[in-house]
Amino acid sequence: MQLTNRSKVVVKKEMTWAEKMYLPAILGGMAITFKHMFKKAATVKYPEQTREVAPVYRGVHVLKRDEQGRENCTACGLCAVACPAEAITMEAAERKKGEEHLYREEKYAAKYEINMLRCIFCGLCEEACPKDAIYLTDRIIDSKYTRSGFIYGKDKLVEGTAPEERVDITKRKKKYEFS
Amino acid sequence: MITAILFKTILVAIIFLVSLGIAAYSTYAERKVAAFMQDRVGPDRAGPFGLLQPIADGVKMFTKEEIIPNASDRILFILGPCVFMLTALMMSAVVPWGKSFDIGGVEFTMQVADINIGILYIMAIASIGVYGIMIGGWASNNKYSLLGAIRASSQMISYELAMGMSIVAIILMTGSLSLREIVDGQMHGKWNVFYQPLGFIIFLVCAFAEANRAPFDLAECETELIGGYHTEFSSMKLGLYLFAEYVSMFISSAVISCLYFGGYHFPGIDSLDLPQNLAAIISVAVLFAKTLFFIFFFMWIRWTVPRFRYDQLMKLGWQIFIPLSIINILATGAWMTFVK
Ligand code: SF4
Ligand code: SF4
Repeated sequence: MQLTNRSKVVVKKEMTWAEKMYLPAILGGMAITFKHMFKKAATVKYPEQTREVAPVYRGVHVLKRDEQGRENCTACGLCAVACPAEAITMEAAERKKGEEHLYREEKYAAKYEINMLRCIFCGLCEEACPKDAIYLTDRIIDSKYTRSGFIYGKDKLVEGTAPEERVDITKRKKKYEFS
Repeated sequence: MITAILFKTILVAIIFLVSLGIAAYSTYAERKVAAFMQDRVGPDRAGPFGLLQPIADGVKMFTKEEIIPNASDRILFILGPCVFMLTALMMSAVVPWGKSFDIGGVEFTMQVADINIGILYIMAIASIGVYGIMIGGWASNNKYSLLGAIRASSQMISYELAMGMSIVAIILMTGSLSLREIVDGQMHGKWNVFYQPLGFIIFLVCAFAEANRAPFDLAECETELIGGYHTEFSSMKLGLYLFAEYVSMFISSAVISCLYFGGYHFPGIDSLDLPQNLAAIISVAVLFAKTLFFIFFFMWIRWTVPRFRYDQLMKLGWQIFIPLSIINILATGAWMTFVK
């Protein structure tokens, strides 16, 4: 099947005398490399510039809170079951009196960890979640010096309560509206 | 006498520092040129435009752990990079860097040693350079190093012949072995490259091969030999090897400009009748401009032409360049005898 019309038929034929001199070919090559010196670099200077990602990009997870700032997750463990990479572990706890403003359901995740080295960013956890609690975002993982640094606990996963600390997942959510 | 010695000492120091400085910035330029030719940006984090990159590299090289393999020959292992660096720097001694200065009625030539066999000296030192590689590769006691060293030596020996013979044609034309006389013979735009185009191409290609640079970098081709002769070297010993390569690139660029491109002469400037010191300064600048162009040219070729295969390299050297350079000598000789 022809995909582009840039393909060239390769023939193993005897080179002509002029071709055997190589110099014209080398000069031609030099002209090409010289032209490229003035082309715009394709580089994205990462920390200052970031490349735009697709709306359905699957990056680091976020554990969502509801409008009143309560954690959505009820530690049902469905995400951990769904996870093909077995990246998620959690410990459940019962909500005490006076903690209603912290957790939406009576049971909550006291500990919730995702091992980012195991995770394959498939997004099955968010599909499994019945409580709208976990979403993948367009953020990427920072580099670390140790493996233990890649185990993200609740401190890194749960979004903040302040409006500016909320993580926008509307684009990600749209995906499920259609399906 | 004292002033002459003092002047030579200062000149040696200056040439030494300038060679090292240019070599350092050649590493930077190499990476930049490579990047530009591949539509990238290149090093740009250390200082503005990454200009401090060579310093960062130097610091890195110095602070790396020094590893001398147990099975290696310690003395030769240390001697290798030293010899390589030394020979690279020694070549600069006979290069005429510019016209002579006139300070207080005394003439100071911008050349460390105007020996009358300058060209032979350069050829001799260039061939000693292979010892640095050979010793280093042998002393590492590693088969990749040894293979790299063997490749380097056979390559350098093969190309030295053609190189020497392409120079013979120039010597025939100039009638002198002194580099300064060869340069002065090319005044008023009578550059040797116009009279010796074939010789120039042969010399240029051989200079690439002598400097062990792409497309002739078989001695250190990463894809086949890890790092070639410097596989086992670490820290500043590796730094010396890499650095000496750039030093010799700088010096051979200067030699190419002297032999074929009129050295410090530029058509039009000679006939301007400038005061002597000003003319001397301009001549130095002219030579440096030419040299820098050739350094760029070295890089340009490196990022254009892919590496040769080893049998192709030997075939090119023995079956093409040597006969061609013999023909070149014969043609030059005939021209000098019958036409001139
Ligand atoms: S994205 Fe996939 S692999 Fe990663 S935690 Fe969720 S279910 Fe597991
Ligand atoms: S994130 Fe969702 S699926 Fe996972 S434990 Fe919490 S509520 Fe259950």
